[in-house]
Amino acid sequence: MPSYQAPLRDFRFVMDEVLDYPRHYAQLPQAEEVTPDVVSAILEEGARFTREVLLPLNRTGDEQGCRLEGGEVLTPSGFKEAYAQYVEGGWPSLSGDTAYHGQGLPTSLGMMLSEMVCSSNLAWGMYPGLSQGAADALRHHGSDGQKAQYLTKLNDGTWTGSMCLTEPQCGTDLGLIKTRARPDEAGGYLITGTKIFISAGEHDLAENIVHLVLAKLPDAPEGTKGISLFVVPKYLPDAEGEAGERNAVSCGALEHKMGIHGNATCVMNFDGARGYLVGEPHKGLACMFTMMNVARIGVGIQGLGLMEVSFQNALAYARDRLQMRALSGAQEADKPADPIISHPDVRRMLLTQKALAEGGRMLVLHAAQLADRVECVTSDAEREAAETELGLLTPIVKAFLTEVGFEATNEGVQVFGGHGYIREWGMEQYVRDARITRLYEGTTGIQALDLLGRKVLMSQGEALKPFTKQIHKFCQAHEGDAAMAEFVTPLAKLNAEWGEITMAVGMKAMQDREEVGAASVDYLMYSGYVTLAFFWARAAQAAHQALAGNPDDAAFYRAKLDTARFYYQRLLPRTRAHAEMIRAGGESLMAMQAEDFGHGFAI
Amino acid sequence: MKILVGVKRVIDYNVQVKVRSDNTDVDLSNTKMAMNPFCEIAVEEAIRCKEKGIATEVVAVSIGPKGAQEQLRTALALGVDRAIHGQSEEQVDSLDVARVMAGIVEEEQPGLVILGKQAIDSDNNQTGQMLAALTGMGQGTFASELAVEGEQVTVTREVDGGHETLALRLPAVITTDLRLNEPRHARLPDIMKAKKKPIDTRKLEELGIERASYLTLMRVETPAQRQGGVKVDSVSELVNKLKNEAKVIS
Repeated sequence: MPSYQAPLRDFRFVMDEVLDYPRHYAQLPQAEEVTPDVVSAILEEGARFTREVLLPLNRTGDEQGCRLEGGEVLTPSGFKEAYAQYVEGGWPSLSGDTAYHGQGLPTSLGMMLSEMVCSSNLAWGMYPGLSQGAADALRHHGSDGQKAQYLTKLNDGTWTGSMCLTEPQCGTDLGLIKTRARPDEAGGYLITGTKIFISAGEHDLAENIVHLVLAKLPDAPEGTKGISLFVVPKYLPDAEGEAGERNAVSCGALEHKMGIHGNATCVMNFDGARGYLVGEPHKGLACMFTMMNVARIGVGIQGLGLMEVSFQNALAYARDRLQMRALSGAQEADKPADPIISHPDVRRMLLTQKALAEGGRMLVLHAAQLADRVECVTSDAEREAAETELGLLTPIVKAFLTEVGFEATNEGVQVFGGHGYIREWGMEQYVRDARITRLYEGTTGIQALDLLGRKVLMSQGEALKPFTKQIHKFCQAHEGDAAMAEFVTPLAKLNAEWGEITMAVGMKAMQDREEVGAASVDYLMYSGYVTLAFFWARAAQAAHQALAGNPDDAAFYRAKLDTARFYYQRLLPRTRAHAEMIRAGGESLMAMQAEDFGHGFAI
Repeated sequence: MKILVGVKRVIDYNVQVKVRSDNTDVDLSNTKMAMNPFCEIAVEEAIRCKEKGIATEVVAVSIGPKGAQEQLRTALALGVDRAIHGQSEEQVDSLDVARVMAGIVEEEQPGLVILGKQAIDSDNNQTGQMLAALTGMGQGTFASELAVEGEQVTVTREVDGGHETLALRLPAVITTDLRLNEPRHARLPDIMKAKKKPIDTRKLEELGIERASYLTLMRVETPAQRQGGVKVDSVSELVNKLKNEAKVIS
């Protein structure tokens, strides 16, 4: 069975030496609470909880999956007890509002814990993860009464949440939803319709489930401008605010999935279920985006968590497994063969995992600081700047980290050779679990359109500029530094090219809108590699600085420099291919007629 | 009744131990440290005594480097009321610790002192016994069950032949075995509250203790690699090898 140790030393490096978290936290309203000692105590305890409670349930959850019996969903054995321990430990409330039973800690701290949860048991992590999204939507858009009723329960974890968007005929295009909301005499609404792919829609972990449901009012305009958001509890609150009468919402079926078997993915039937409007009529999509932006970062963190755990286990195996002699002669002559970590190609795979996981962690923790600032900064200009940058980075975090997350977990299988394909080793589960992360909360294609179309081009490139400016400033600051030249020179070149490519795509798109879609995924991957290059350069700089002081753990910093070099020499050249493909444009994609695709076979 | 509970900072049991290249000691740089697992059991038992109304206050004591405050914070997060830190950056051995503890016992007058039976770094298994001798208190070591009734504590001990049950007059020293309880996880709100609980830090000199240094650490080595076994063809060959090569039978 795979093992997992939360990478607490790496967290400390990124927080203290690359991103200056102590200063960041000192500027937040919670400064008194989040002193470095408390942060480290919380991370340590989170690490312990995930390792001791969640990790042992990961494979059993995968093997057993969820069952639907008489309308009730039974989660795999141990999930319920683990959730009870999670609630008892006070973890659901971590970044919740203190007025509603929350602990009021920064969002960023929750994201760090989330990485550990995802590494140890992704399927289990979906249940509290969905609650988080529902709580965020209610916090921003719910009435005071709704917050008092639902937010407190979501924060203390006695109730969980779900997000009900997708329907059989619409996933990406929510303008097509058919679920209806009819006003009733009591001032509420009766919701009727079917939702599919509802994660944590029904389960046995909590007393009640708070569904946030998109539906259309009778007078709704067509399309996305006619969607409203409703809160629909599984059990209606009684006079005391506790779970009371059963509402007319039920799970009709469970999906049989490739991965995350421990998570219940439900078909939810609303048969005139009582619901209450959240926010204003017809403004549901905006409310939903609050949930989705949080959730998208969350899915990026899933990619990160899976890379890390796959890397840790591939590394242990590569050190232990003896096969073949090194090409240059025996490395460990006393053994029957050398450990496979001696072989260059195994090292390539391990370093790919390591560079992407550690690079991804810097990106996520940077985005997490922005999320804190969006919540807490009081000046409008600063908040807007943080919002714009977070908006730019969200599709990169989501899609880039899940794309490379899938690649990295696959490399994890590859390091194990044939054993990677055998279930008992646990490595193939990470691939199957990682596969969904490229799909839900908006596929990679949708994220790429969001990045290039909605964020970059719609703002005439203005959304991109503050970020490329940061990179430019960093490069300028280290221009004459000989030790940093191996990073700064290529980074400066790519940063300039990023702007040029953006301009070029923008120009083409003015002639033909299809060019945006044609370039989008390559553009996103290109942006991801450059973004990680920026963070790896910063890591290299921090490592140089630390090494100058002759630290006890010099090996840690030397490994950082080695990994940064690997990233620059062996992964960053992928930008060349993406740049070429972007420049090639959409012509070859659009030339063929739809009916000409299948001439090679007869139906 | 007040309970004094010992907490030692040791290398995390999940971490692979490395020896320094000059063999002078275990390499602790960049190594994850944690509370000794037997001390966790001691802390848990003390907190349970408080929850049952047997104890009114639980005080954790750690003797060790500055970093030991992290483990004291953990104890405070788990439910200990306050902590005393006898700070020493130098190596302290069991007798030093027992003498410091004896001084604190004199000062605090606890009804019960609960310690781990041993620490997983040096595996000495002697501090509790030494403390009992120095203070004249009774001792119940390797406890797997503990019940306080009035002025007496009943201790079930795990001994070679099975279980032994002792009744001790309070105050007494108890050392914990693995099966006494299963320690809880710290709760998030309690981790935050622990920050506000007091840790009283004192140098060993302030506690009136000079390190005795009866022991000198000579050399630390990685255990020898295990050699592969051999297959024997007959029982007589096996007996022969056990007699003459392994010399475990005669």
